[in-house]
Amino acid sequence: MTAFSRRKIITSGLVAAAGVAGLAVADRIARNYGLIPPDGEGIYGPGETLTYAAQRLLTRHTLAREFPRSMISKEPFRNETAPPSQAFMKLQADGFANWRLTVDGMVAHPISLSLSDLRALPTHSQITEVVCEEGWSYVAEWIGTPLSGVLEMAGVLPQVRYIVYRSIEPEWWESVDMADALHPQTFLTMGMNDGELPVGFGGPLRLRVPRQLGYKSVKYIVRLTATDSMKHFGKGLGSASPEAGYAWYAGI
Amino acid sequence: MNAPRHSALVRVTHWLTVICFLALLITGGEIVISHPRFYWGETGNVNMHPLFTIPIPASRDTVPTGYNYVMPDQNGWSRYLHFEAAWAIVLTGIVYLVAGVITGHFRRNLIPAPGKRGPRAYFERLAQYLRRTPPDANEEVSYNVLQRAAYLGVIFVLFPLVIWTGLALSPGFNSAFPAGVNLLGGRQSARTLHFFVSWALVLFLVVHIAMIALSGFWKRTRTMITGRATAQEERP
Repeated sequence: MTAFSRRKIITSGLVAAAGVAGLAVADRIARNYGLIPPDGEGIYGPGETLTYAAQRLLTRHTLAREFPRSMISKEPFRNETAPPSQAFMKLQADGFANWRLTVDGMVAHPISLSLSDLRALPTHSQITEVVCEEGWSYVAEWIGTPLSGVLEMAGVLPQVRYIVYRSIEPEWWESVDMADALHPQTFLTMGMNDGELPVGFGGPLRLRVPRQLGYKSVKYIVRLTATDSMKHFGKGLGSASPEAGYAWYAGI
Repeated sequence: MNAPRHSALVRVTHWLTVICFLALLITGGEIVISHPRFYWGETGNVNMHPLFTIPIPASRDTVPTGYNYVMPDQNGWSRYLHFEAAWAIVLTGIVYLVAGVITGHFRRNLIPAPGKRGPRAYFERLAQYLRRTPPDANEEVSYNVLQRAAYLGVIFVLFPLVIWTGLALSPGFNSAFPAGVNLLGGRQSARTLHFFVSWALVLFLVVHIAMIALSGFWKRTRTMITGRATAQEERP
C-alpha cells in the first residue's frame, strides 16, 4: 500500500466520521427546535425532515399567494368524498343548526361553538388556490374566521405544539403545527365565493390551510384538540394521511 | 500514477445522480398517472379544458380518461420518494458544483478550450460523428466540444430548470417566493414545464446511453466506476 493511498483512506475516514458527527449534531438541533415532523422516522424520514425544517425556517410567517377576484375559477372541482354518514345527514336535515365545533385538549377552557357562534367572530376572506397532490387546482374566495381567534378563546396552553382537527366523517383527521395553526390565512371556513360553503366543498365547516396541499384542508370539521405531542393520536404519525402513505407536512 | 480519466468527485456524484434521477423519473411518472392532464396558466382541473392529455388511464376515478379502467394508485410512496430523491440530487449537485469550481473541473474538462468555442468546432465534430470517423486519440482522456456542450446544458440549464419548476409546485415555497411560480406563468404552467424539462433530461439520458453503447458500453461504464480509461492502466 502506498503512502498516497493510506493518506487517502485516513482522509476518507475522517471525512466520514465528520459527516456522521455532523448528522448527529444536525439531528439534535432539529429536535431541539421542533423541526422534525411526526412522520420523520423511517426511510423517508430524512427527506421529510429536510423539507419540513427548510420550510419552517423559510416560511414561518409568509403568506400564501392571493389572487384578484377576476381569477376566481368558474369551474372549481369539488373532488369526491365518501357518501355522508348518518351523523352528517341528521345535522344536514336541520340545516346544520345543531352543528358544534368543540375545542379541547391542552386548553385553559374547553369550548363548544355553534356555527352562529363562529359567524359572530371576526370574518375574513381570502382568494387563494386549492392545490391537490394529484396536480389539479382552482382558485376560490374563502370566507371564515381565522383559527387563531378560536384557539385564543379556548386559551391554548404555551406548551402546545400541534392542533389536531377532525371531520365528522370517520377516520378523517389531520394536524398542523402552531406556525400553520396561528397563521392568519388558516381559516375555519363557512363561505365560498360570496355564498354559503357548499357541502361538496366542505360545508358547513372546513379548515382551510392554504400553504399546504388540499388534503390538509379537511371538510366537515367538528373537533379541535390542542396537544404537545402527536404520540397518542392514531399511530403517532401526525394524522390519517401518513397512515394512508401520504406525508404529514404537505407544504411539500 | 496517471491522473484518472474521471476524478473521484465526478464518479461518486455521477452515480448518486443516476440513482436519484431514476427514482425521480419513476415516481414522477407515478404522480403524473394520478392526473394525466396538463394545463397552462394558474389553474386547471377536470372541469377545465386541458392543454393536452396523455392517453393513458388515470390512477384516480375522478379523471375522465375514457378507458373505463383505474390504475393502481401509487402516489403516497411515490411522493415521499420523489422529494427525498430531490433533496439527495440537489445536495449532490451542490457538492459537485462547489468542488467542481474549486478543483477547476468545469474550466478544465467542460468549458471548451479557447479556439474551440466557435460554431466551426461543433460542426466539425458533428461531421465526424456523421461520417462515423473514429474519434481522435485525445478523446480517450478529454471530452469533445459536443459532449462539453451537452454536459454543460444538463448541469447549468436543465437541472436548474427542473429544480425551479419543481419548487414552483410547492405551496409552502410559493408563499416565501411567489415570483418563483408567477414568473413561470402560474402553477399549471410550472407543472407542464416541469414535465417537459423532465422529458428533455430523458432525451439526454437516451442519447448519453446510446453514445456509450456505440463507444463500448462496459469499457465506458468501468471507466466511470474505477476512473481508469483502459484495462491495462488498472494494473500498476
